[in-house]
Amino acid sequence: MEAFLNTPVMQMLSDPVLYIGLGYGLVLTLEISVLAVVFSFIFGTILGAMRYSGLPVLSQIATTYIEVVRNLPQLLLILTSYFVLGLPAMWAATIGLTIYTSSIIAEVIRGGLNSVPVGQWEAARSQGFSFLQSMRYIVLPPAVVKMIPPIVSQFVTVIKDSSFAMAIGAYELMFKGTILAAKYWKPSQIITIYVVISLVYFAINFTISSVARRLQSRLTVGRGSIGA
Amino acid sequence: MSDIISKIGFLQQGPFAIPRWEALFANIDVLGRGALVTLLVSTLGLALALALGTLIGMMSASHVRPAKAFARAYVEFFQNTPLLIQVFMLYNAIPILYPGLFIPVIVIGILGVGMYHGAYIAEVVRAGIQSIGRGQLEAAISQGFTYVGAMRYIIIPQAMRIVLPPLTNQAVSLIKNTSVIAIIAGGDLMYAGDSFAGRFGHYGPTYIVVGLLYFLMCFPLARLAHRLEVRTRGN
Repeated sequence: MEAFLNTPVMQMLSDPVLYIGLGYGLVLTLEISVLAVVFSFIFGTILGAMRYSGLPVLSQIATTYIEVVRNLPQLLLILTSYFVLGLPAMWAATIGLTIYTSSIIAEVIRGGLNSVPVGQWEAARSQGFSFLQSMRYIVLPPAVVKMIPPIVSQFVTVIKDSSFAMAIGAYELMFKGTILAAKYWKPSQIITIYVVISLVYFAINFTISSVARRLQSRLTVGRGSIGA
Repeated sequence: MSDIISKIGFLQQGPFAIPRWEALFANIDVLGRGALVTLLVSTLGLALALALGTLIGMMSASHVRPAKAFARAYVEFFQNTPLLIQVFMLYNAIPILYPGLFIPVIVIGILGVGMYHGAYIAEVVRAGIQSIGRGQLEAAISQGFTYVGAMRYIIIPQAMRIVLPPLTNQAVSLIKNTSVIAIIAGGDLMYAGDSFAGRFGHYGPTYIVVGLLYFLMCFPLARLAHRLEVRTRGN
């Protein structure tokens, strides 16, 4: 027992410094991810609506933005926000994630709106519903059902990709872990640290993925054939 | 003409100044070599991801309990943890577990993206197999097809149509994700661009050209995925 507790791994695991360090990292990871998701949702909704509207200039701007950004690596956008836009590390990570994620959310929103047949619009308008009323009461309810699961699972991607922020020296979970791995330099300790961080990411992301899956099946069952 | 240019401030100074562009294009072969490494890692990584994804997807769709459980665990682990950690684990764990064994960073990149996207491809393959319905296989076999024959002529052609668009999208993500090996000095396009830009501070032009090169690799595939999707929906 004594010998077991004196192994390098056990010594490290009983050191509060490890948990304090990783705790701070986790807080920053969550801060970056939540902000990025909120901003992406706002910006993505605007872009999605612009593209869906089909209005000449607006929809072309949105389409170009979405098609360009979707085909760039997330890491490049984070590095650009840091080195070219000159933002501080935490904001560079947030904005870099937002630039990319908004293009994904925009497509989810457009896809959701497109999933409602044009006939339903026409029927609503012919019954005297205004544009906003048709949107609010006829089109949005089934469209939102389609949008929620992919938006929730996009959150998982953002949390995972926030680890790229270590490339610009933001002290999020991954970078904190790597710094600690250098402090506890023994091979078994380094591997243990990466296992611990993986478990933290896994616990958060698996919970979110499960919620997304449950939402998907519940919303689909409740609404007949919508989920197809 | 050069007189006019020399009078416009932002063309001479600032992140996108002309001298920066000149410096970049004088060393453009650095980015070219990086792009070749990215293409190599992407191609071999995709081959590994397809092999792993097909195997694990078939395990996931099978009715063999242990195979199913293993496939689930694999998919959940790789989909819910960052690719960067997986790459770091490989980078740190292989020299510890096999001391003296030297593995180039490129190989770590191939293994990393291959295993990560293998998990996503496994889900695509499983959905493809399950979408066909057991009745078709039974009907084919009752008509005298062998198992392999039924797969070859009945199941796979139909599953392919469903599976191809998401597979193509996975290829696009995989190419983009190879950029993580830049963080462990992988010599790929992102790394070549970042180290060149960092040496002289020419971030603006370098990142634009790096972005353009990634776009050129990804956009045609993304268009193809879109076209396949439309065709599948049409049927």
